[in-house]
Amino acid sequence: MSTPILQVRDLKVEYTTSAGAAQAVAGVSFDLAPGEFLAIVGESGCGKSTMLFSIAQLLTYPAETVGGSVLFDGEDLTTLSPEDLRQRRWRDISVVMQSAMNALNPTLSIGAQLADACRAHTDWDDKKIAARSAEVLSMVSIDVTHLKSFPFQLSGGMRQRAMIAMALLLEPKLIIMDEPTSALDVVAQRSLMRQVENLRRELGFAVLFVTHDMSVVSHFSDRLAVMYAGEFVELGATREVFDRPRHPYSVGLMDAFPSIVGEARELTGIAGNPPSLIDPPAGCLFAPRCQHATDECREFRPELVTTDGHAVSCHLVNPRRRS
Amino acid sequence: MTDAILSVDQLCRYFRVGGFRSAGVLHATDDVTFEVAPSEIVALVGESGSGKSTIARVLAGLYPPTSGTIVFEGEKQGRTASRRVRGRMPMVFQDPFGSINPVLRVGHSLHRSLKLHRPELNRAQREAEAVALVEKVGLLPGAEVLRRYPHELSGGQRQRFGFAQALASRPSLILADEPVSMLDVSIRIGLLNVMRSLRDDEHVSLLYITHDLASARYVADRMIVLYAGRIVEEGTTDEVISNPSHPYTRLLMATAPDPRLPLSQETDVEDLGEPPKVINPGPGCRFAPRCPLAMDQCRTSTPATVQLSATKRVACYAVQAP
Repeated sequence: MSTPILQVRDLKVEYTTSAGAAQAVAGVSFDLAPGEFLAIVGESGCGKSTMLFSIAQLLTYPAETVGGSVLFDGEDLTTLSPEDLRQRRWRDISVVMQSAMNALNPTLSIGAQLADACRAHTDWDDKKIAARSAEVLSMVSIDVTHLKSFPFQLSGGMRQRAMIAMALLLEPKLIIMDEPTSALDVVAQRSLMRQVENLRRELGFAVLFVTHDMSVVSHFSDRLAVMYAGEFVELGATREVFDRPRHPYSVGLMDAFPSIVGEARELTGIAGNPPSLIDPPAGCLFAPRCQHATDECREFRPELVTTDGHAVSCHLVNPRRRS
Repeated sequence: MTDAILSVDQLCRYFRVGGFRSAGVLHATDDVTFEVAPSEIVALVGESGSGKSTIARVLAGLYPPTSGTIVFEGEKQGRTASRRVRGRMPMVFQDPFGSINPVLRVGHSLHRSLKLHRPELNRAQREAEAVALVEKVGLLPGAEVLRRYPHELSGGQRQRFGFAQALASRPSLILADEPVSMLDVSIRIGLLNVMRSLRDDEHVSLLYITHDLASARYVADRMIVLYAGRIVEEGTTDEVISNPSHPYTRLLMATAPDPRLPLSQETDVEDLGEPPKVINPGPGCRFAPRCPLAMDQCRTSTPATVQLSATKRVACYAVQAP
């Protein structure tokens, strides 16, 4: 593997609450290779979006990155000054937000918003800006006439594609996507995913993609991380995680959505709720909901152990070495 | 089917769009005809803009129909629904965060429904009934849940509460408008199981509105596929899923995200198109511009609905009756 473009080490994020600090991201580490597509799935509240925002250094009070490092191209983003960060955002790292409806300015045309980003981050002249804007729009198969359109004149799928066009403007090396498909219909979802995939192949940017619906990314991501209560519980090649999930939580997630193929069968989902992040239990965080939990699970927190490129944090998969 | 609890015949609902001088008329639903039998879950499937929510809203009496008739429990419905009809055919909304009063305990809303729709109950009976209702949808312990405020419930719990509230008026049919689409995938299945238990244990029918074929397959007995305001295909869930006839249903099947399926080559294109806005439509099949099988005929006249079997209907020229 070539040098990773992004190295996240033991990243910790806390939210200040009246009841104490809630640890939303509890020590996550991973590497992202240039051009790689890593998907992160988990239930709402598992800290997946918080982690993305921490990586992009976009957190605001009451959330705060309290530990760990985010090395992007060898530089630690957590220690950069706001001005240095501003230089890197959009040019090197861009973010596609969940709801294009709210992320686009309703009072400006798409073209004006594209130009705005260019002016803030480059010294291009108007001609260059217009040419590049038209180019990125056509990359996401939106007709160039829509440069003059306002967000309300576009459909949901087109708005989300316009967001991706904006993210592509300055040819970033990493695009962070926070549930870009969740407000879309299945058909629009599929064309958006297909588009992201083709653009990635063509332009070679890396993608960090967060979603609660793992079926969306099943055919597109290189690797898949399953996040639970602020930790990665499983990380491996996407097909491998789908075909042979090892962590009981991943197994439960796979079993939680109905399929349109195969035998129609009863599904149960995962009973119970995620643990409190303010005062988390001592052992495995999933133990209270896990059918296979043993005393050991309730007492000792398992660690993420990698075997053959597939990492799992579960005592049942990685028996603890007795000392 | 004469024992249907709901029959909808050639229902149309149009909206005027544009400025006040504009002659634009949006055909949200056009000529929609279907029935719902007792203890049956019928799924209305379509993309956004297909008119599926409009149908539910017309049935709930939120909009009057432009034309067409609705017969519910043997009674022809007028322009608006009476309180009795609203009670027998309540609606569960998509957004569990916007559909419960945030400043009152959840029990309050439930007690109000009971007061309005079940005036024969006294206070003690109402309280017992409220607990029984929330426990029926899997919110345990009921008495405790009723004392909470909406913000103390998770999205899944709120949506379960939505079903409890709908049940309060002893409905025969619940209109469920995308009840799970705002929930996490891992929580959806619990709600879908609640819907199945309402059908099996409470003998309530449900009109389940969704764009997700897989969840429709999981809960529904029959499926109706809508495109741009018209029904394009209807049949039992098995018939539609294992043998989709209309090209639009096939597109939906091919794009359904499913890790158990290999990536379909058919949809290996970047732009699958979007449903049209049906403003002042001319004749012709509305799917024709996106349809791989479209013929000249499809663009000039609207295909009639053809009965393919006792339960299956499809509106497509490319799929001729056997």
